[in-house]
Amino acid sequence: MTALLRLDQVSKVYNSGTVALDGVNLAVDAGEFVSLVGPSGCGKSTALRLVAGLGEVSSGQMQWSVPPEQRQMAFVFQDAALMPWATVVNNVHLPLKLKGQSLRACRQQIYQALDRVALGDAASAYPRQLSGGMKMRVSIARALVTQPQVLLMDEPFGALDEMTRSRLNQDVLDLWQQQQWTVLFVTHNIYEAVYLSQRVVVMAAQPGRVVAEVTIDVPYPRTEAFRTSSLFNQYCREILTHLAQAEAGGGPVPMSSEESAIAG
Amino acid sequence: MVIKSPKRPSTQAKSTVLPAATPQSWRWRLGQWLLSPDVLAPLVVGILALALWDLAVRLLELPPYLLPGPILVAQTLVREWPRLFPSLLITLQITLAAFGAATLSGLLIAILFTQSKWIERSLFPYAVILQTTPIVAIAPLIIIWLRNDTFAALVVCAWIVAFFPIVSNTTLGLNSADHSLRNLFELYGANRWQTLWYLRLPSALPYFLGGLRISGGLALIGAVVAEFVAGTGGTRSGIAYQILMSSYNLQIPRMFAALIMTTTLGVLIFVILTLLSDFLLRHWHESAIRREN
Ligand SMILES: Nc1ncnc2c1ncn2[C@@H]1O[C@H](COP(=O)(O)OP(=O)(O)OP(=O)(O)O)[C@@H](O)[C@H]1O
Ligand SMILES: [Mg+2]
Repeated sequence: MTALLRLDQVSKVYNSGTVALDGVNLAVDAGEFVSLVGPSGCGKSTALRLVAGLGEVSSGQMQWSVPPEQRQMAFVFQDAALMPWATVVNNVHLPLKLKGQSLRACRQQIYQALDRVALGDAASAYPRQLSGGMKMRVSIARALVTQPQVLLMDEPFGALDEMTRSRLNQDVLDLWQQQQWTVLFVTHNIYEAVYLSQRVVVMAAQPGRVVAEVTIDVPYPRTEAFRTSSLFNQYCREILTHLAQAEAGGGPVPMSSEESAIAG
Repeated sequence: MVIKSPKRPSTQAKSTVLPAATPQSWRWRLGQWLLSPDVLAPLVVGILALALWDLAVRLLELPPYLLPGPILVAQTLVREWPRLFPSLLITLQITLAAFGAATLSGLLIAILFTQSKWIERSLFPYAVILQTTPIVAIAPLIIIWLRNDTFAALVVCAWIVAFFPIVSNTTLGLNSADHSLRNLFELYGANRWQTLWYLRLPSALPYFLGGLRISGGLALIGAVVAEFVAGTGGTRSGIAYQILMSSYNLQIPRMFAALIMTTTLGVLIFVILTLLSDFLLRHWHESAIRREN
């Protein structure tokens, strides 16, 4: 089976001269759940944006094996990126509105998406009235409402409390299996990456590059018991080791949550 | 407000309690507002200044043609109102026409600028040149060119003064839409007009309204300056003509009265535009929201 998406020696240099990505190779199969982890500034967001077609690669190639119609994408940005002048409902409606669907025609769809992220009650609120976590959930609802085939998520749960995070983790996994999404998931949190994904791509900074791929060979549905199993810990330790090696080998790397995780 | 008589049936009586007592009623809020430092502080300063002015005029025994006292000015204002007010209305007409034209043209030009970098590059310098040309210098020319229609000439002068803040503010606003939101629009295949209508224009609204507030005052100044240059011209004479004539005739109290009317109009325009801005942005923009932490 050929991969749905293949990055071949992809580099990205910003106009400022920052080498955000340097020779990244990555293949993602259709229906796969892949996480990207790495220290702050290693180019995770950059990689995700390139996959979404936002911005050009500087060198290398990015190939899809299917035409654009068969890879409807949805993006959950690191900052919630809500329109402050629009209510929650109107924010979630946006992708459909851009396709020419009126609010009345897709009301049900929108409320379904809002219920999924437990925001049915906040439908008529404005973003400034929401907490950081609620904003993020609106942003997730806005991605769900398009019924995408490819879901790109950039640290979607970073601002959430542990309870909401694990509930939404479960929701994403359920939806992923139901809808047969392909998910590319960026996170700072190694435990989350291991719990969710089939494969964890470990990245390092300066220049941004892939240093290892760890396959999490555990069947779904994954239970809470998996989180506390020794296998789970083993995977986490493996990823931490890769991150530590990359940092020891590379130049000075800015302080990140992974560093504190290693220190702790 | 209708206050119903207490003899009505009890179901009515319940719902018609006098609103003055409840904290949410408009009377209570008006009272609170009048007693707030926002109103009291400038009021006290104003009264002090007037008292000082009056005192200075009396102690130094200044003649009214040098500096009239505030009471004399107030008396003149009341006496001359029937002659001054129609003039003020003419100036107001010029101001409103110029302001409307500036708003419309400023908005359209700003939108044009953001549709193509080339248009912006080629035209923006000329907008700046128009802005920096001293209006006093070119007003005579414009009045001569449009000598058949003084009103139009004055409007053009005021428009030149008023339109730049709207263009530059709105252009800035249209270009400052959130980066991630722009990415989102691109990802979801929004076309140029959708991006303009649903993203750029709402993002630009606070900037545009800020531009309006500046331009409102400038339109009035532009109108007054142009009237000054136009001089006596015709029967339809604005407030600047009255100021000019009063000063020629050494009717200084009358001049002060006309000045006060002009400034009051300027303040009114500013207040109205501020209220409009607060109203339009009340749901989402920091400038219009009371901070709650
Ligand atoms: N638009 C941009 N212009 C210039 N440089 C950029 C831009 N976006 C990112 N960079 C640079 O590229 C590098 C990678 O940034 P990126 O946002 O992809 O990191 P990240 O892995 O997502 O970090 P974080 O975990 O903190 O979100 C950084 O050094 C950053 O300074
Ligand atoms: Mg990022």
